[in-house]
This record gives sequence, structure tokens and C-alpha cells, in this order.
Amino acid sequence: MTELRYWQAINQALAEEMEHDPLVVLVGEDVGAPGGAFGATRGLRERFGPERVRDTPISELGIVGLGVGAALAGLRPVIEVMFNDFLTLALDQLANQAAKLRFMTGGRAQVPLVVRTLVGAGKGTGPQHGQSLEAWLGHVPGLSVAMPATPADAYGLLRVAIRHDDPVVVFESLRQWNVRGEVTPGELPGLGRAAVRRRGGDVTLVSLGGALSRAMRACELAAAAGVDVELIDLRWLWPLDWACVESSLRKTGRLVVVHDAVGFLGPGAELAARAAERGVLTAPVVRVVPPRTPVPFSPTLEAAYFIGAERIAAACQEAVRNG
Amino acid sequence: MSGRDPRGDLARNLYVVQLRIRRFEETVARLFAQGRLPGFVHLSIGQEAVAAGACAALREDDVITSTHRGHGHCIAKGGDLGRMMAELFGYRDGYCAGLGGSMHIADLERGVLGANGIVGAGIPIAAGAAYAFQVRGLDRVALAFFGDGAANEGAFHEGLNLAALWRLPVVYVCEDNGYAELTATAVHTAGPGVAARAAAYGMPAAEVDGTDALAVHDVVARAVERCRSGEGPTLVVARAPRWHGHFEGDPQRYRSRAELEQVRREDPVALLSRRLLAERWADPTWLEAMAIEIEAEVTAAVAFAEGSAPLDPEAMLRVAGVEERP
Repeated sequence: MTELRYWQAINQALAEEMEHDPLVVLVGEDVGAPGGAFGATRGLRERFGPERVRDTPISELGIVGLGVGAALAGLRPVIEVMFNDFLTLALDQLANQAAKLRFMTGGRAQVPLVVRTLVGAGKGTGPQHGQSLEAWLGHVPGLSVAMPATPADAYGLLRVAIRHDDPVVVFESLRQWNVRGEVTPGELPGLGRAAVRRRGGDVTLVSLGGALSRAMRACELAAAAGVDVELIDLRWLWPLDWACVESSLRKTGRLVVVHDAVGFLGPGAELAARAAERGVLTAPVVRVVPPRTPVPFSPTLEAAYFIGAERIAAACQEAVRNG
Repeated sequence: MSGRDPRGDLARNLYVVQLRIRRFEETVARLFAQGRLPGFVHLSIGQEAVAAGACAALREDDVITSTHRGHGHCIAKGGDLGRMMAELFGYRDGYCAGLGGSMHIADLERGVLGANGIVGAGIPIAAGAAYAFQVRGLDRVALAFFGDGAANEGAFHEGLNLAALWRLPVVYVCEDNGYAELTATAVHTAGPGVAARAAAYGMPAAEVDGTDALAVHDVVARAVERCRSGEGPTLVVARAPRWHGHFEGDPQRYRSRAELEQVRREDPVALLSRRLLAERWADPTWLEAMAIEIEAEVTAAVAFAEGSAPLDPEAMLRVAGVEERP
């Protein structure tokens, strides 16, 4: 075990996978000589050469399309799109090409493409750098969506994504960027497996990506108030580990969801619908999610927009009071 | 007839490919008019020489990306008529098991990375395949077909810039048929034309008569040679009018009767047959024999398709890799 920061764990995963497989390449804006806008690709160009670590123009559609073609022709490209807000520029290649090629060719084509992108939520990045668009991608059949929240997962989920034969979009968290944590070299967690971060019997709290730190604090606050929370870090929006969530709900009967995407049609809506379909709830679902507005810039407004640990803890207590 | 003259061999091959595309698509038009083919069909009749000439300049292990008007490209790259026809019917023995249709036919073994329903999408994809060949140290080439309409997509500019920057082994072949869907070039393209845009990326461009398969072949062969010798991409613009509408059923009210009559006088199949006779590369008996042979190929393709059936919905879920955990 090594202690690494979140961004160092990404760097470590990329280095190991490039070492392991010469077909893995890294392509994106500022990934080469600058070592990434926030340092995640530092040293990789020097180590693996400019052929395999390529700086690109600011052409999100072009570079994701390039990744699709490179994947079809035998590489395992990792494309970096600096913020997930900029995926909007590349959506044709993600949603119409990468996601559908296997299906459209009757199962013959394979697109082992990884798109790494950053969620700027909670770091004062404002309306066009602070969104969480994972539900957009999760809605497209053919795409997998990973949302690592810890250094161990920043490392492990990225390695799983690179070894997967179909396209994966990895939403990394700027909020978690400098968080330190233990990383076990060589560890490969299962594709689409959630992680239970805390065992508890009163209420199931499901957290996505960078919401995890607040969710963990909320567990402590709730415990102090006598509510025992089971915390599930979903880790993947797709494949969705519903089995993990349902088995927890069968124990607690209460569901609280926290994420940084707006609530309307967000990941929490899918979880709530499934819980209702399964008839496993004894209390109304509580979604602790941002309103349907763009992300505000002002630190005060932003703090209110991305709901804090106190309100998450209160939501858990509310779920217990209501049934 | 073969062997005496390589130019004659090439011309005869190009003729056979063009005729195969023509008869296949005429049959598709008829089946569509009879209501036997679902969805949309876009035909390339009138543009066969571009597909035939360009693909003849490629090796079997080179790859192409194609367009919504892509039957000709796939046939020219060696695609199987029966599996193509079965795909148009939406049947399980089609190239995509009936899941893709006309706009998504792909034959990965023959380097057809796929037709595409999105205008211009193949341009960066071809750059990516070329990048893969470059990284892997292979001397293979990627070729992207696209229309004049695609030259106004961002994908065109982003793709050409990347290809030129990285000297990728890719040939860009613009099939300029004068229309972006239902809209004439003058309405949708500023400046002196698509070829002129190459200069902005420091990329050589060549314009060629897209009804002359030999001329297309020669221009693309030079571009392919540049790719293999590491000199990077070329933009080829081949002008060839389409005879049919944007899609089958398009009444083409935006084109005059005189124009529609004129384009049929620029018939690339007839042009090449006259050339074959004039150069004594073929005689009328050979032309007749080819006509019969290709008619039989297309008839067999239809019979193959008719002998197939749609995939069952369960099998579709398996192809999609759907894994709904309980």
C-alpha cells in the first residue's frame, strides 16, 4: 500500500497501464509537455514518448473522434477532455459513434476507448466548468460511466476502464483532487461494483463521485444524533450496482441520495424509481441534490447549491422520522 | 482478357466495380419503391467512379470510413452484396445483423470501418485509424469519404487540422455532388470551394473529375503513396453529380429537369465502357458477359437476403451486452 493524492493515483494508473500495454496511448489538450492542466499526466510524455502521449489542439470533437478511430484500429486510447462541461462539444463521437458501434455492427466492432474528464463542482468553477453531466452519458446505451471518489478508486477504476473492451467515461473529481488515501498497487476492482463505505442499519445513503466526503461527514453527524447510516459509494453510474443498493434497502427500508448533478432526471431519480418498483421502502425517498439551475459562481451561493454535510445528515434523520 | 496491359486490367476492374454498384443500387431503388425495404436509403448512382477509383488505389489492409451514401464504398472495398442486401432488409444475415441498416454497414475484415448516419463523423475517425497505424509502425492508410456538405462541419476542420499537424497517413476524399441534402453548394459553402480549404492546413489538395474512375484512381494513388512515405494527408475533391435525390422518395423539386437530364449524360459507367472499347481494353462480348455476370450476382444477393429473417429480440439484447442485474 502506498499513500497517494487522488491526482497522483490517476498518474500512477496511467503509467502502469501504458507500461503494461504498448497499445495504450494518451491524447488530449495539455496532457504531454505541460503534464496535464492539473498535473495528472506529469512525466508520462518523458517516460513513454511523444507518439503515445500527444498534446492536441482544442478540438474536443476531433480528439474524441480520433480516439474512436484509433480504438477501431487496435489501440486502447485514453482521451482527456479537461472538464466534463466540454463533453458537450464531443457528444456526437461519444453518443452516436463510440457508444453505438458495437451494436450497429451486430456486435462485430469493438471500441476500447476511455474518456477521462473532470467535474469542477465545488471549486468555484461556475456555470460552464462546474456541472456534473454524468446522467447525460449514463442515459446513452453503450457507454459506461465511472465516478471515482477516492485515490484508490481514481487508480483502480481507471485501470478497469482502460482494460474494458467498450467505451468508458471516467468522471474525475476536482474536489477530491488533493485528497490523500491508500492505494494498493495492482488492485483491479470489478467493473460496475459499488463500495459500502460504512455499515449501518437505519438508512441507506447513496453517494456519487465527489459528494463522498460530505456524505462521510454526514454519517458522523447522523450517528451523533443516534441515526446509523449505511453509506454506499456508487462508483459507477453504469453498469449500475443495483444489487448492492437493494440489499442495503432490504435492511434499512430508507433511501437518501446525494449527488452534484441537478436532481431533475438525475441519477437519484433512477435509484428512487427502482426502489419504488422493488417495493423495498418504508419511508419516502429523500434526494439531497442541487436545484434545476446552472451552477452559481459566488462561493456563498455555490456552498448552498452543493448541499453540505449538515443537510445530508438532516435528510437521513428525516428519513428515519418518516418511517 | 487480362495481363497484356496493366492499365487495361485496372480499367476493366474499375468498370466491373462501377457496374456492380450501379446494378446493386438500381435494385435497391426498385425494392424500396415496392415498399420492401424499411427506413431511409441514400443512393450514389452517378458517383460510382469515385468509390471504384479511390478504393482501387488502396490495399486490402487499408481502411475506409464512409457516409450515409455508402453502398458504393463498401462494394468497392470488396464488401459482400448478399450481406449488404440482407442488412437493407433488416435481417440477421446482414452485415450488422439488421441492427444498423443502410447507414451503418461495416466490414471490419475488409477495412470498412463503417458507413455513418452523421455527416462528417468519419473524418476524425479516419484520422484516429491513421494515428493507430502511425503508433503501431504499420504502413497502412486510412481513407475517409465525405460529401461537400460535411466540409462545413466542425469535424472536417478539426480532423484535417489534426491529420496535417501529425502528418497522419490519411486520404480525405470529398465527393462533391453539388448538394448538401436538398441545398445547393452556392447556398451552403463560402469561398472558392472545399479544395481551397486544404491550404489553410498546409495540406496538398487535388481536384478531379469524379465521373472518371481512372483519373480518380491516379489522384488517390498519389495521395496514398504520400501517406506510405510519411508525407502525411491529402485532400482530394472529386466532383460527381448524384442522379437520385438525397434519399429515395425525395422528389428533387430543387433541381431543374434540364439539370437532371444533363447529369445522366455524365454517366461514369457509360463513359468507362466507351473508353474500354476505344482503347481496345475490352470488346463488346466482354461487356456483355460482365453485364450478365453482375446481374446474376445482384439477383443472388437479393435471394440471399430473402432467405434470411430478422434477429429475435432476445438476441438483440445479447448483442447490446445488456446486463440488467436484478
